[in-house]
Amino acid sequence: MARRSIVFGLLAFVIVAAMAPALPTWLVSLATVALANALVVLGLIILWRAGLVPFGQALFYAIGAYAVALITRYTGMRDALILIAAGAVLSCLAAILAGFLLARYREIFFSMLSLAMSMILYGVLVKTETLGSTDGFGVEPPTYFGYAPQGHMRLLALFWLALAFCAASALLISLYFRSVAGSLAVPIRDSEIRLEFLGVSVNRLIHLNLVVAGTLAGIGGALVALSIEHVDPNMSYWTTSGGFVFVTILAGAGSVAAAFVGSFAFEFLKSIAYDILPGTWQIFLGTALLITILFLPEGIGSLYGRLRRRKPQSMGAS
Amino acid sequence: MSAILVVHDLEKTFGSLVAARAINIAVPPLQTVGIIGANGAGKTTFVNMITGHLRPSRGTIVFEDRDITGRPSREITRLGIARSFQLPQIFSSLTVLENMCAATAIAHAAGGLLRQALTPLHSPGTMAESEAALELFRITSYRHARAAALPQGVRKLLDIAMAVAGAPRVLLLDEPTSGISIEEKFGLMEVVMSALKNRRITVLFVEHDMDIVERYADRVLAFYDGAVIADGPPIETLENPRIQELISGPKLKAAAQRHA
Amino acid sequence: MLTAFAIVTDGLVYAAYLFLVAVGLTLIFGVMRILNVAHGSFYAFGAYGAAIAVGVYFDRGWPAAGGFLLMVLVAMAIGLVLGLVLERGLLRLVYGKDEIVVVLVTYAAFLILEDVIRLIWGPNSYALYQPLGAAGTVDVGALVLSGYDIGLVALAGLLAIGASFALKHTRWGRLLTVVIFDRELAAAFGINVTLVYTITFVIGAMLGALGGAVMAPKIAVTLGIGVEVIVLAFAVVAIGGMGSVGGAFIGALLVGESRAAAVHLLPQVELFVIYAVMALVLVFRPQGLFTRAQPRKI
Repeated sequence: MARRSIVFGLLAFVIVAAMAPALPTWLVSLATVALANALVVLGLIILWRAGLVPFGQALFYAIGAYAVALITRYTGMRDALILIAAGAVLSCLAAILAGFLLARYREIFFSMLSLAMSMILYGVLVKTETLGSTDGFGVEPPTYFGYAPQGHMRLLALFWLALAFCAASALLISLYFRSVAGSLAVPIRDSEIRLEFLGVSVNRLIHLNLVVAGTLAGIGGALVALSIEHVDPNMSYWTTSGGFVFVTILAGAGSVAAAFVGSFAFEFLKSIAYDILPGTWQIFLGTALLITILFLPEGIGSLYGRLRRRKPQSMGAS
Repeated sequence: MSAILVVHDLEKTFGSLVAARAINIAVPPLQTVGIIGANGAGKTTFVNMITGHLRPSRGTIVFEDRDITGRPSREITRLGIARSFQLPQIFSSLTVLENMCAATAIAHAAGGLLRQALTPLHSPGTMAESEAALELFRITSYRHARAAALPQGVRKLLDIAMAVAGAPRVLLLDEPTSGISIEEKFGLMEVVMSALKNRRITVLFVEHDMDIVERYADRVLAFYDGAVIADGPPIETLENPRIQELISGPKLKAAAQRHA
Repeated sequence: MLTAFAIVTDGLVYAAYLFLVAVGLTLIFGVMRILNVAHGSFYAFGAYGAAIAVGVYFDRGWPAAGGFLLMVLVAMAIGLVLGLVLERGLLRLVYGKDEIVVVLVTYAAFLILEDVIRLIWGPNSYALYQPLGAAGTVDVGALVLSGYDIGLVALAGLLAIGASFALKHTRWGRLLTVVIFDRELAAAFGINVTLVYTITFVIGAMLGALGGAVMAPKIAVTLGIGVEVIVLAFAVVAIGGMGSVGGAFIGALLVGESRAAAVHLLPQVELFVIYAVMALVLVFRPQGLFTRAQPRKI
């Protein structure tokens, strides 16, 4: 049963990839950003299952983005795969370091410390000339193994690359949720004591989850940097983190697929809102968030109620 | 080995408060020890020191000829000492079977975190073992019930079942029958003690119900003001007038015979 | 020497600003355990309200003292309305739910209110300069201090003293303190916790709006001021301890002076230093400097 959903998922990715050349430009761009953000949301889902909601995931997102931008600008390296890998590695390192501290906190303190860290980066970025300060700076379009695509092909190439990263992440995280370490997220939320007294180091487990989430966010940031061809300090601001949390709530934490469905739904909602209600798109989104939070199926609390599985035996996400 | 657990000159002070003083006990394998004492007498401190939750101020704890003094709880659990809790620590969002599977999988998942990240949770072996554990503790009929919705007795049993998933040799039960109605107490203890005997586990249990202690303990440790003031067979210890004065109160023979 | 003095005074003024903004937030968190993101909206509404109403007042040439009074009244009116609407209309629907859920609800409210501001007042910037002129300047040695700034510091100080006094010595204050300490216990004693919640939230809203109203002359009142302010307020509240008025005061001083020192000595770290202090406090004392750590109840 689990294998079937993985196959379906991969099939979905392949189908979307095949359809891409037929899609209009604006849709491909939007989809690329949606895919990138979905990775960040996937990381948030991993942490949310354990009962943790970081208010500063933008930290790793911005690190991934700025890594790409800085490497492009100062070394002339333009290969997309290498750039994104660099973003991933740097955000991974940041998450490992930050995790030593962050993994020891819970609940609102975890959220606040995470927020503080992202705002520290923001403060540094805004005030540093060489990093572009408030305006940020532009990012050159990337090359792919030496090939420099033009026009519509340029968008498609990045889109396919984003799709590949997403497919790989979706697969790996699905497997992770089925592993021993990955399925202990809900138990962490329910009884850390029991886990500790079964021999599990909860702090180390949370640290691992933070590193995974941070790396995913870094890849997302790197992809966005290449897609919009610009980075600025706002990528580390609290409103960016807030946006990711927003999407995560919309998406729900029930499955890996939720991250992608939620992210796409959000990008579409946002586009529609911009078009139809330009002066009031935040009212629209805010209301959507409220409706989502208020009218969830019953559960222990709305957040955690959403995590309740429909079938009793599926402890991992599908 | 002669004694599976040896505690030597164990002490714990919090500032000027002496929570435990000069405790010396040797527990032979497979013995069932009942720990009694008023609240604040040092029973929980004692249990917490053995399970690694508290570091002793002085003294040593030796388990299976290995010094475990001051080691963290995780390590002590992995070495073979487990515990259950007065308020059962179970995973409320999951079903009883999922709870048991988690405990079993963790018990089998040796190695570091990264290894655990790569090991699948559900293997046929884990399932079979979990079902067997539920069977042993007589809670099989609850297997698909969500843990949050269980009656208190079943929660206690699940807590204990999970604690022994890792095949510990010593188990500390913290007030196993607290919160259970009088009619159900003995039934619960019967299931628990026969399951633990089946698994060949040395048991130390903290209890306030003297009838339970008398019925199930091979040996009674009485705590008072941080020290062990009596250590002997249950009937003798509970008949001791000093113990009756300080801890248990006078014995009501009628009550004991009703449940024997 | 001059720099040191400038740092101290600038720090005090900034601290006053931070305290005014944060005190309502910390009160609401202390009593209701709600980290109210919409507090930024109270600030913004207060600023806009003051900018318009007080601007009109001064334009009419009426006496300055009345203008300052109007600022306070406008803030209180705005706080009352917004506070009631938000608390009775929205928050009571999510009481008892997980803390993080409630934060997200207030975040949603904040988003909605940001657009409401735009709908009411448009994207333009408003300036309220008259009160600054009316307050004049004070010469202290070689420095010229703005009378308005001195007034701000005085207001913050009075508010801090007043709030601490009220919490300790008035009936309502003591009720609030009990609820902050243990809500269940308070309810068990027959305290009408629901009423306490509503009143606290409204007071917090008024204080937030007051913060915006008195800051209006010093800033460009435009879209987005709530966004900046709320994260600063969070930092101060986290440092001082959530629920502690004294903590908010000390936290504001700490952040205010640190920032002033940064501005004068090492400008690159001006923004960074605020959140670095927040992170440091969270690391060593997650419950804040002045709150008791909550033991976990098993």
